[in-house]
Amino acid sequence: MSGFHWDWAFAWSIVPQLAQGVVVTVIATVAGSALAFMLGLVWTFLRIAQIRLVTPAVWFFVQFIRGTPLLIQLYFLFYVLPTWGLTVSALATGIIGLGLFFSAYAAEIYRAGIEHLPAGQWEAALTLGLPVRRVWTGIILPQAIRAVLPMLGNIVVSMFKQTALLSTITVLELLARGMAIGQMTYRFVEPLTLVGAFYFVVSYVSARALRSLETRDEVRA
Amino acid sequence: MTSPKSLWDFLPFFLGGVPVTLGVTFLAMAVAVPVAVILAIGRKSPHALARWPAGFVIELFRGSSALVQLFWAFYVLPLFGLTLSPLVCGVVVLGLNEGSYMSEVVRAGLDAVPKGQREAAVALGLPPRYRLFRIVLPQALPLMVPPFGNELITMLKFTALVSLVTIQDLSFRASLIGDTLGESGPIFGLTIVVYFVLALILGGLVRLLERAVGRQAGRNVVSVAAPHEARLPAASPLSVPAWALGGGG
Repeated sequence: MSGFHWDWAFAWSIVPQLAQGVVVTVIATVAGSALAFMLGLVWTFLRIAQIRLVTPAVWFFVQFIRGTPLLIQLYFLFYVLPTWGLTVSALATGIIGLGLFFSAYAAEIYRAGIEHLPAGQWEAALTLGLPVRRVWTGIILPQAIRAVLPMLGNIVVSMFKQTALLSTITVLELLARGMAIGQMTYRFVEPLTLVGAFYFVVSYVSARALRSLETRDEVRA
Repeated sequence: MTSPKSLWDFLPFFLGGVPVTLGVTFLAMAVAVPVAVILAIGRKSPHALARWPAGFVIELFRGSSALVQLFWAFYVLPLFGLTLSPLVCGVVVLGLNEGSYMSEVVRAGLDAVPKGQREAAVALGLPPRYRLFRIVLPQALPLMVPPFGNELITMLKFTALVSLVTIQDLSFRASLIGDTLGESGPIFGLTIVVYFVLALILGGLVRLLERAVGRQAGRNVVSVAAPHEARLPAASPLSVPAWALGGGG
């Protein structure tokens, strides 16, 4: 019965509080992406290396992470990390959770990038007699990663949207701030709509930018 | 201080969440599939009046966080006078969100129908509606079965969110049990395993369904998965020359 009405003055008044949440959301996205990209590369190399027991274990771990909900993984880390002696802030737990979850997807993307390199690149490297390490760091990885940059960009956009889940493990990111304002003032319309609009604008613009990057790559290829 | 109860005492209550989780998964999927088909057809329509709203819905649901959409539907929609039960709210939001992503799969399926089929239908003078429902869609739908199977498993994981709008699924019950025991680690560890097992079972069922549909062409569509999780074709051995594996490690 309360009825819907939008109060601009109230909406403006909560912007500073929401902006504090935006900062946390951005930190989580940037740090989570960095972790995911590094771990993803580690998983890829462990798969390539074909080490007995390790490679199958990594494969299973990656499947397991991809096969289960991020929300529960976050809960699990939140409650279990302290019992393992790893007492870190909720934000750090969230970053670890996001990083682990998306590293499983990043690994697949790196793999695709490496597999899609023309065989001639390997042959040329072999012919030139470059050391193996140099082949990877100088020839294969730079090309493979450049080819999959738009897909890695998609991971950042997905992660940005998924940071909203961190609100469930007490991280005061954007959604948590919006909900807190709603619960304190009994006004949910403005905070939740502003939160949604912020997510929408940022991810819409970045998705558009990534799409143009993809098409530009196609033209160049 | 210490509760005499252990996790195992709550096991029946916890596993009671399995039918709830699966029920929400299938209900949301039942919303998502028609939504995806309608959105994809709308997006390809020659009429701006159909194309524009479809594009708007797709971008709206893909553009923001599913959890934010869920909370918005749960807390803000009642202020418009639209009070949905938690179940309807969860199923509709998940269905619309996932349907928006799946519309991409449907679009790829529609595009995969050879152009000659459409041209032949035009040459025969079939009306547009007939072309779509009798010629294109019946050929496109079997192609979409494998990617829809992947989406079913995505949906299963997705449903954990509805626990946050008070639906008593696996996640909700796990939180409750954790609070009661005062120790949440073990129950959430168990919850992850249960979700994984459910995903394996659903994955197996989907593969049986694929075999039943039995169209080799369907394989081509798998790679055109929705981009929100940057999915790629299933694992295969890496094609890296053997000499590049030696050395450094």
